[in-house]
Amino acid sequence: MAETQNVYEIPIGPIHPALKEPIRFTFRVEGERIRGVDIRAGFAHRGIEFMAMKRNLIQTLYLSERICGICSISHPITITLAVERAAGIEVPPRAQYLRVIYSELERIHSHLLWAGVAAHELGFDTLLHLTWKVREQVLDLLEELSGNRIDYALPIYGGVRRDVAPEQIPKVEAMVRYYRGLLDELLDAFLRDPSVEARTRNVGILTPKEADSLCAVGPTARASGLSKDVRQDRPYLVYGELGVKAITPRDYGLEPRGDVYDKAVVRLLEVAQSLDLIETCLYEMPEGEITSFPKIPALLAFLKKAEGEGLGWHEAPRGEVIHYIRLEAGVEEPIVWKVKAPTYSNLMSWVPMFRDQEVADIPIIAASIDPCMCCMDRVHVVRDGSPGTVLKEELLRLSRAKTDRVTRHLSPVPRHGGGL
Amino acid sequence: MGLSSFKRALWVFHVATGSCNGCDIEIVAALTPRYDVERFGIKLVGTPRHADVLLVTGPVTRPMAERLKRVYDQTPEPKAVVVVGGCGSTSGVFYDSYNVVGPVDKIVPVAAYVPGCPPRPEAIIHGVVTAVAKLEQLAGEKR
Repeated sequence: MAETQNVYEIPIGPIHPALKEPIRFTFRVEGERIRGVDIRAGFAHRGIEFMAMKRNLIQTLYLSERICGICSISHPITITLAVERAAGIEVPPRAQYLRVIYSELERIHSHLLWAGVAAHELGFDTLLHLTWKVREQVLDLLEELSGNRIDYALPIYGGVRRDVAPEQIPKVEAMVRYYRGLLDELLDAFLRDPSVEARTRNVGILTPKEADSLCAVGPTARASGLSKDVRQDRPYLVYGELGVKAITPRDYGLEPRGDVYDKAVVRLLEVAQSLDLIETCLYEMPEGEITSFPKIPALLAFLKKAEGEGLGWHEAPRGEVIHYIRLEAGVEEPIVWKVKAPTYSNLMSWVPMFRDQEVADIPIIAASIDPCMCCMDRVHVVRDGSPGTVLKEELLRLSRAKTDRVTRHLSPVPRHGGGL
Repeated sequence: MGLSSFKRALWVFHVATGSCNGCDIEIVAALTPRYDVERFGIKLVGTPRHADVLLVTGPVTRPMAERLKRVYDQTPEPKAVVVVGGCGSTSGVFYDSYNVVGPVDKIVPVAAYVPGCPPRPEAIIHGVVTAVAKLEQLAGEKR
């Protein structure tokens, strides 16, 4: 990069109108061109993993829901998968189908939300209002099924808390029909609109090589043409039987370029994919129990006796989310709980995406990975009350010290539950 | 304190202080066609200097406390702070975190609280209206 005297810095954030969440960018710009970006995260860190070490697993489940209000099904599903592997809990087949239905409903609401936000970042507020108007339909259904518009409290260790009642099935079908009918209009509004195309084509490009080397996940990676989807690569629940395929712009007949336009293509097509999955699940779902522990005290007593470690993974709307949990017999609280949210993997893809772009495109490029700071901010350094900067070596030493501290009093735990 | 500006267009600035996004998306939902607060002149603006009301979400994490105070100072008088969500009102589930210094009323004065995790858009609208009514009442007493 040729540094000249004309390069100056623009700090943006942590409070700024482009994204609703706190994060700070420092752009190095030359005229209107961005030459580099530095990202400072950590403003939304609430110490959730630490708090869980003082709460029992059921309380931890509800805490996991508050990691992110948009992924409030993804995080609970992932932690239940991790705990079920650690404790060896079976999930009834009907519950597995229900979990798929709920997480696909979440994907629809999240992708429509993103589409609206993206339109807003382009300055196309009409489209924001249109998308958010149609998004209310899936929120209505989620409210019908769970009792809440956001934060649904649906998954529980061993199953789900609510069934889809027979009289609710027509409502689910109506929603699927509604969005199928709308999809073409949405594709028209986003993908065949000349002004949207002008603002998003060849803007914020992430090449397949960069996406691969930076370990991008979810729609960010798929828009660059990588066929990467946890539901396809490492099936869990009933996703294997449903035969989910990762969606790339090729499914829309386009050669992937990895720009913002491609990210919109992938997300909108995934709405259609989710509709198909919901419909299939609705009809193929077997009758039966929805949880293997209908009584919460029995579940708590079982979890208290459980010992082991487990990993849960799930394709959240933004990409792969992983929860690691370690349980010890006789202790109600998790000994270790580690969350890796998709934005953590996607954050570094901002660096190549911003390179040589225009200042006016900052909001849409920032929004194009669908960042979620509250999911990502898992670490914050507080030393004598003041935050400082930690370099890689120091961070490595600190994390090793923590692992040492956490495992010191533990006997080696045999891995069981499979899948690891 | 002149409150004539409050009677018509109420401009709102949204500060997320480490919230989980739940309240934040409900605030945006309140602006969009189903709830459409713009018909009452309530509008989300991009800078605190244009705002009458601050909508604060989140439990206030350690690095955000100072920024929240600064945003509050940047907002011109008359102003009202509305806390949206349980964690901003009482710290909620984050009560024993080492990195949470809230709730919001420890940092800035608050006119109205909207409880809920997250509150519905109707509740958020009600909270904003309550805060404004409270400010008008205060101004009436001063006169």
